[in-house]
Amino acid sequence: MSTTKKAPVLVVVQLTGGNDFMNTLIPYTSGIYHDSRPVVGIKAEDVIPLEVDDTLGWNPHAAPLKEMFDAGDVAVVQGIGYPDSNRSHFRAMDIWHTCEPLKIGDEGWVGRLVRELDPQSQNVLTCVSFGQGLPRACALSGIPVTSVGDLDNYGLMTSIGDEGQRTKALDVFKKMYSTTVGTGIVMDYLSQTGLDVIKGADELKKAPEMYTSEVEYPQSSIAKSLRDVARVHLADLGTRVFYTQHGGYDNHANEVPAHPRLLKDLTEAIQAFFTDLRAQNASEEIVMYVFTEFGRRIRDNASGTDHGTGGGAFIIGDRVKGGLYSEYPSLDPARWVHGEDLEHTIDFRGIYGTLLEQWMGVDPTHIVGGNFEQIHPFS
Amino acid sequence: MSQNDVALMAHLMRRAGFGTTRTELEAYVEKGYENVVDDLVHPERGTPIDEDILERYFGSEGGYVGTWIYRMLNSRCPLQEKMALFWHHVFATGLGKNQHILASTNQIDMLRRVGMGKMRDILLELSKDPAMIFWLDNNENRKGEPNENYGRELLELFSLGVGNYTEDDIKNCALAFTGWTFGQPIPLYPHGYYAPPFLFVEEEHDNSEKTFLGHTGNLNGDDIINIIVEQPACARFISRHLYNFFVADEPQVPSWNVTPPQDPDAIETLANAFIASDGDISHVLGILFNADFFKEAQFKKVKSPTELATGILKLIGTFQSGPEPGMNQYASATQLMGQKLLDPPTVEGWHTGKEWIDGGLLTARVNFAVREVSDASKPGIQSIIVRLKDNGNPLSPEAFVESCLEFAGPLLIGDTTRQYLTEFAEANGEINFEDDDAAEENQALLVSMLQLIVASREYQFG
Repeated sequence: MSTTKKAPVLVVVQLTGGNDFMNTLIPYTSGIYHDSRPVVGIKAEDVIPLEVDDTLGWNPHAAPLKEMFDAGDVAVVQGIGYPDSNRSHFRAMDIWHTCEPLKIGDEGWVGRLVRELDPQSQNVLTCVSFGQGLPRACALSGIPVTSVGDLDNYGLMTSIGDEGQRTKALDVFKKMYSTTVGTGIVMDYLSQTGLDVIKGADELKKAPEMYTSEVEYPQSSIAKSLRDVARVHLADLGTRVFYTQHGGYDNHANEVPAHPRLLKDLTEAIQAFFTDLRAQNASEEIVMYVFTEFGRRIRDNASGTDHGTGGGAFIIGDRVKGGLYSEYPSLDPARWVHGEDLEHTIDFRGIYGTLLEQWMGVDPTHIVGGNFEQIHPFS
Repeated sequence: MSQNDVALMAHLMRRAGFGTTRTELEAYVEKGYENVVDDLVHPERGTPIDEDILERYFGSEGGYVGTWIYRMLNSRCPLQEKMALFWHHVFATGLGKNQHILASTNQIDMLRRVGMGKMRDILLELSKDPAMIFWLDNNENRKGEPNENYGRELLELFSLGVGNYTEDDIKNCALAFTGWTFGQPIPLYPHGYYAPPFLFVEEEHDNSEKTFLGHTGNLNGDDIINIIVEQPACARFISRHLYNFFVADEPQVPSWNVTPPQDPDAIETLANAFIASDGDISHVLGILFNADFFKEAQFKKVKSPTELATGILKLIGTFQSGPEPGMNQYASATQLMGQKLLDPPTVEGWHTGKEWIDGGLLTARVNFAVREVSDASKPGIQSIIVRLKDNGNPLSPEAFVESCLEFAGPLLIGDTTRQYLTEFAEANGEINFEDDDAAEENQALLVSMLQLIVASREYQFG
C-alpha cells in the first residue's frame, strides 16, 4: 500500500441507449415481472440470486459484476431517476449531462466539476474522455477537456516526417491558435482546443510508453476504453476524471441476444480494469460510476422493450461499501407511472452529489443545481 | 471577374456542393450566380455519372462510402449528393444494427433519388425503407403488440419536432404503421446480396379507429404522412433543418422546442416557401440559395468531416478525371474525424457545428488535411504553381500568402493569422516561381504554406 494519499479519481462509464435495469438486477421472484416480460424476461432458474436480498438476482451474463458485488466493491443504486422522466434518448441524456430537467443547459456536470478541481485550467488532462466525440457532460465553455480517439497516435501534424519542419509548423500553429480577441464563441473554443491539444499531446504520449501489465483485457470497445483509462491513470498525469461510453443499449428489438452480450462485454471489462489497477497498486484512489439515461418499460413488446424509467446505476471501487442502496422500484401495478413505468426512488442529482461531496470532496450544490438526498456508499 | 463574385460562388459551391477546383470555380462565376442556382435545383439537367464505370471500378459491395465520396466530387449536380447527405443527417440510420450493407446503401440511393422532391414522397419512401424499418424496429410493430420506436422518431426527429404532438399521437402514429415491414431477402448464397423488399402485412395492421393530431379515422401510415406534411410545424421544422445544414449552425435538434432560431425571419421565409409549394424541397432550396441571409453567411458554419475531406480533395484535384482506386481510405478518414457515413451514432444523427470539434476530432481534421496537401505533384497543387508563375514574379511574402489564400478558398482569415503566415514566408525572402533552379525549394514552401492554411482555425469553417 502506498503511504502518500493519492487524490481521488472518478471514472464515469456511460451506457448509451437506456440500459434495461430490470434485466440487469432482476426481481425474479415477482410474478408481475415474469407476466410482464414473456419475451425478454430472464427465467428464475437462470438468474444468479443475491445473498443479501432474496427477491433479486443478477443477469447470468453480468457474472463478473456479481463477483465484484460479493467482494463488497459494488454499490447498486436502485431506482435512480428524476421526476417526469423524459423518454427521448437525447433529451434524457441531456438532462443527465446537465442536471437541467426543465430547461436546456449547455454546461455539463463533469465540466463544472473540472472547473472546481482545476479553476485556473492548469492541467489540460484534469479530465480525459475516451471515444469519438465529447459528451455534453464534459462541456463547459473555457474548461479544457481532452478528448482522445486513439491514445496510441495522439498528436498534431504527425505526417511531417522532418522533425525540424514539424517543430516549425507546430510553432506557427500555436501562434495562429493563440489569438482570441472576440472572434466569436466557436472561434475562441477552436483556439482553446487547438492549444490544449498541443499541451495534452506532449503529456499523453508518455502513457503508452510507460505502461506494462500482466492483465489481458477482453476484445470490446469498452475494454479498450477502460484499458486506455488505466494507461493514462498509471502514467500519473494528474487526471482526476475519466469519461468513457459504451453504446448499444437501445434494445427495442432483439433484446434477448443483444442485451446479454452488452452486459458481458461491460462487466468483463470492468473486472479486468480493476484487476489491472490492483496489480499495480493504483486502485484505491479510483471510484467508477456506471449510469444510463433511463430504464425500460416494464412490459416487453414482441422482442424488446421500449423507453421507460426506473434505471439503475453502479458505484464501484475498493473504497466502496458494497450493497443495495435506495429501493428497488415497486412492481405493484398500482404504483406504475403512466400505467406502464417504474417509479424512480432516488434522484440522480443526489447520486452525483454523493460522488462529488463524499468522494471528490467538492460542494455539489451548484454543480447539480440544489441539494438532493445522498446515499453513503464509501467506507 | 470580381473577387466578391468569386468568393460568393465559392461559398455557394461549398454549401450546395462539396467545393470546386479553381477551374470549375471560374467557370461557375462566368455562368452567373442565379443561373448556377437554377441548375443546382434542377438535377435532371446534368448528365448522370456512368454507373457501369463506377460499378467496374468500385464494385457493388463494401466500397459504397468511397464511391459516394467520388460522387460528391464528380456529380454534375453536387446539390443532389448534398441533399442525400442532408437527409442522411436527418434520417440517421445506423449500419451497425442491421449489418446489411445493401439495405443501407439502398437507403442512400433512395435519398438521392427522392431527396429533392416533395416532402410527402420523401416521408413515404422513408417509411417503406427496409433499413429504416429495421433500424427503428417497425418490423416489430404489429397489431396488438405495437412498437412505437418509429412512430416516435418520425414525429420527434424526422418531421415535426418535440412540442408539436402528444404521447397519444405517438401511440396512434405507431398503430397506423403496424404491418409496415419488409420481406426477407433471398439467401446470400449462391446468388449474392439481394435487398429486402418493403412489405405491407394486412393481418398485422391495426384497422381500429385512431386519432392523430385532431384527425380521426382508420388511419394508415400514408394518412399519417399526409397529415404531417400539412402541419405548419413540419414546414418550420424542415426549414430549420435546411437552415442549420446550409446556412448557419443552430443548436442541436433536441433543444429546438425551447431555443428559438437565430434568424426567425429566414425560417419563416423558408417555411412559407415550403407551404406555398406543397412541400417541394427543390423550390425551398432555390429560395434559400438566392436569399441574402444565405449570401451573408460565408464561413459561418463549421465544416462537417465530409465537407472538410471533399474540400481538401477538390483543392488537391485528385479523383476528378474518372474513377481510380483509393477512394475507400476517405471513408475511414471521415470516420476518424467523427463522421462514419452510413453509420451515424444514434437516430439523432451527428451533433454538428461546434460539436464537430474537440481535441481528438480537431487533431484528426488537421492531420488529415496536412497529410493530403503534402504532395506537390498533385494536380491541384501543380495548377496553383502554374497560376503563381503567371502572377508576376518575383512575389513578395505578402503577395505569396495572399495568392495561396485565394487559391485555397478564397479563404477569409484574421489579421493575426495572416501576419504569422507572412512571417513564416518571410524566412525565404522573395519567391520567384519562374526560377526553375529554385523549383524544388518553391514547391516545398508552397506545400508548407498550404499545410499551415489548412491547419488554421479559419479553415475549419465553410
